[in-house]
This record gives sequence, structure tokens and C-alpha cells, in this order.
Amino acid sequence: MNVAKGTWVEIESVVLKPEERAPGLPEDTAKTPYVLRLSGFLTEEAEIGQEVAVKSLIGRTHRGVLRAVNPSYDHSFGATVPELLHIGLREG
Amino acid sequence: MRDTSYAAVLSRKNEVMKASLGIDYDTYVSSPVAFDYERMMAETGYSLDDIARIQAETKVGSTPLYELTRLTEAVRSTAAPGKGARILVKDEAANASGSFKARRASISAYEAKKRGYEGVIAATSGNYGAGVASQAAMRDLKCIILQEVFDSRGVGQPEIVEKSRACEAYGAEVQRLSVGPELFFILLKTLEETGFFNASLYTPFGIRGVETLGVEIARQVRERYHRDPDAVVVTHAGGGNLTGTARGLLAEGCTGTRIVACSVDLAGLHMASDRDFNRKSFTTGHTGFGVPFATWPDRVDVPRNAARSLRYMDEYQLVSQGEVFYVTELMTKLEGLERGPAGNTSLTAAVTLARQMKRDQVVVVQETEYTGAGKHHNRQLSFARENGIEVRVGDPAENVPGKTIVLPASLEMVRGRVQDMDKLRRSYLKNAAKLYPAEKWSDADVAFLAADVKKDAAWVRRAAEDLA
Repeated sequence: MNVAKGTWVEIESVVLKPEERAPGLPEDTAKTPYVLRLSGFLTEEAEIGQEVAVKSLIGRTHRGVLRAVNPSYDHSFGATVPELLHIGLREG
Repeated sequence: MRDTSYAAVLSRKNEVMKASLGIDYDTYVSSPVAFDYERMMAETGYSLDDIARIQAETKVGSTPLYELTRLTEAVRSTAAPGKGARILVKDEAANASGSFKARRASISAYEAKKRGYEGVIAATSGNYGAGVASQAAMRDLKCIILQEVFDSRGVGQPEIVEKSRACEAYGAEVQRLSVGPELFFILLKTLEETGFFNASLYTPFGIRGVETLGVEIARQVRERYHRDPDAVVVTHAGGGNLTGTARGLLAEGCTGTRIVACSVDLAGLHMASDRDFNRKSFTTGHTGFGVPFATWPDRVDVPRNAARSLRYMDEYQLVSQGEVFYVTELMTKLEGLERGPAGNTSLTAAVTLARQMKRDQVVVVQETEYTGAGKHHNRQLSFARENGIEVRVGDPAENVPGKTIVLPASLEMVRGRVQDMDKLRRSYLKNAAKLYPAEKWSDADVAFLAADVKKDAAWVRRAAEDLA
């Protein structure tokens, strides 16, 4: 599927490979790459998975792999935790 | 072409800092362990009245101080006769962007604009990002926020995801990064690329912006209760909230007010661990920042930290994650006030303190923050469950960070724990001695270190001998 120029997208890029990372990291962190995700407007028509350029909300250009179209925030209040509901009630 | 490898960028740290802040820290430094702190703070060039005026221009300050009457009543019912101080809360969620961090961002944004910078940058995963983005929007400055958001599975901490959203809502470019301390490398690289102003959390501008919070508390409490606040409780991480508030209280002459720090106990979890990242239910205000920053403030993104918490701290309380969630829910139901985790951390310590204090005394929780999707305590607890953490009701003493969250079965069980202040002070001196051996400390060094740990020179000399 082609994504049109100007579409709001999310890109991802590896900023530091595991071997380029800061010294002294815990083992679990040291073996992972340091990754950046950023949203912006696509500068040229492209497909998901392609190396692209985007312009951020303040007009700066960033390059990375196109990973999402019209990215959105779906954080929530989460599944109800029933234990909380009893706190502060006049019960019994 | 300039070398942008990790090592090369870090080696240019000092020149980048000079260009992006306009502060030459070398002029204040007198030895590896001492510098002229008060002169550095004074040379920002702003009076407290200037700061209040600048903040009023951008929807910051003059927030309400509420008495939590029903919560106070509930605490009194668990206290000995004659005990149970009034609990007040400064509703800092009323600032633009929803937290006290707007105060901290406001003077940096003003300074950046005045000196002709095109934009501002901050590396922060918390409310400060939203504060900077919101202040930058009002001052017509470009803004870049760098955040540590997700682990190697790509899973974002819900509270930080909410901060990404807020910063973008205010028009900032948000760089969302995986777990790691290399955020500082990205900060330096981006400052070099853009020439923007470094709106670091730890500059004199940031800390002086918080002073108005202490001033307002002093004035509001005196006007309404005809006394100075007996204790002010501050959620403690990097130390700026405590330092700025205490300086403001002192500027108003509240010399007898007890300054109490409070952090969520996250002992055992590693702050730079990819695995531990999403096993924490608090992204700040915890011991993972609070203890290292108290015992060595100069571990930050500027050469000398303006936030020096031990200089002002009288007491340091620890609370568990479960206790904070319990008190958050209780405040919501009793006081009709839904607020986020930062202020509710110090509120939890205030419950313990109020129980030990006399009825006519006043304890002030000096901030609230907004809450909502991602930040809400229900989301943090459900997220903990999704990450394999046990959540149950019982005795909060059984909390194990990263493994078990125990919600107290009753208000009596909210107890907190006091940290040994002298141990923290000795740990600070040990860190100083690592940098510059204690036997080389001059009288001026000792005087600085004594002020920095709120003790006298003789105490520092004795502690230094013990170190050796």
C-alpha cells in the first residue's frame, strides 16, 4: 500500500547499535540497540518498511523506517482493579 | 564533517553546554568539590518579584491551597489524642500543563526568548517536558523533547506515553527513545545540530522558577492560619522541587519549617535496566533518582547542579507503591479531587507525619499534578498486573518493588519509613572524596560541603576522618 506524501506517520531508526552503546550498562540493556521513534509528515510517497524522511511538528527533517500510518495514542485507564474500589467506602 | 559517535559527542560536552546555556560554570567553580552556589543563583539576574511577574504572563503560579478536611479527620481517627495535624495541599495541577514543572520551565523559556534562541530542548520523560512544551508554545519558541519511553519489546510505560501525547499536543517535536542513559548523548547531539537553548531541569533558571512555590505557601498559610507551616512535604527525585520550594520558604523567613522529602521506595530495581523499566509503577519521585541525586547532585546534564536537596532537607521519608495508590484512591473519594502520582507521593508521607504532629499544627503537601489516561493509578496497577507483578490487599510492609504491590488494608497501615539522614550525608561526602580526596579539602571546601549537607564544618571534618 502506498502512503501519500504529507501523511502523518511514525518512523523508527537505530541510533546506536549494541556495540556502540554507553559503557557500564546492565547486561539486558547492553545487548539491545538504542532505538528512536518519531512522528512527522511524510516528505515523499512511500511504503511501510521503506527508509523515508519526515518533517516533525517544528519542521525538522528526520530519516528512518516507515512503521505506522496515522499513529495514535491508545493509552487508557486500564482494566478495572477491583481492589481499589473498596478504598474509602463506608462498608459493613 | 563533525564526528557524531557517542564518545566524540560526549567529549564536546563543555563547549555544547556553554553555547546552549550562556552560563560559564568555570567562573563559579573554586575546587573539584566546591563552587559559589549563591552567586550562581543570584546571577540569573531575576528577583522573586520578576519571576512571579514572568510566570503570571504564561499561566503559572498563584495556585490554590486547599485544606483536606475529610482526610485530616480520617487521619485523626487513627492518631493518639491531641494528634493529627491539618493536611493542606497546594494544587499545582492548576498551572498551565498541569504541574509545578511549569514554574521550572517558565524562566528558561523567558530567558531563551530574551536572548534570541530559536527554540528550547529538554531531555525528560516526565511532566517537565509538557511544562517546557507549553511554555515554549506561549513564548513562540520551537521545542524538542527527548524522552525514554519504551523497552526493547516496544512497550511504553503508560505514564510516559501520556507525556509524549501532551508534548505533541503543545506542538513539540517528541523524540521517543528506548531504555538507556544515552538520552544525554541525544541531548548533546540535538543541541549541536539546532543551536537551541538547553532548558535543563537543573539550571539556576529552572530552580529559581520553583522558588515562587515556597513563597506562595508561606504567604497563604500565614494569612489563613496565622502561623508558619510546621512541615512542608516534597516529592523528591532530582532535588529541584525541594530546593526551589525550600529557598522560597526561606526567602519569606520560614526558618522553622521542617522540610521533608519523600520518595517511593524502589530499592532493588535498576534504573537503566531494559527488563526493570516496565516493572516500575512510578516513573519518578522514587528512590532510583531520589537517593543518588541527594548524595551526589552533580550527576546531571549541566556542569553544576542548581538543585541541591541535602542543603535544605531535614528529613527523608520513604513510602511504598501500594501506600501511594491507597492514599490516591482515598483522596479521590474523601476530597473529591483526582490527582496524579507525583503529589500523592508526598501526600502519603503527610498522612504519616500528620498522625505524629499536634492538632493545631499544619503540614503542607506542596504539589499536585494532573491525572488521566496512562497516569491514573488504576492504569498503573493494571499495567503492573500485565507485567506479572502481584497486586493484593494486605500489609504494605510486604511490598517488593518489581514483584509485589500491597495495597494497605486500612489507613492505620499507611506508615512510611524514615531514612537515616546522616547516612545520606556521609554518602554524599564519600562521593565528594572519590572526586577529590578528603585530606586535600581546604577550609573553603569544607565550608561548602557543610552547607551542602546542612551541617557545620566540625561535623564534616569528623565525618571525613571516619571516611579515611
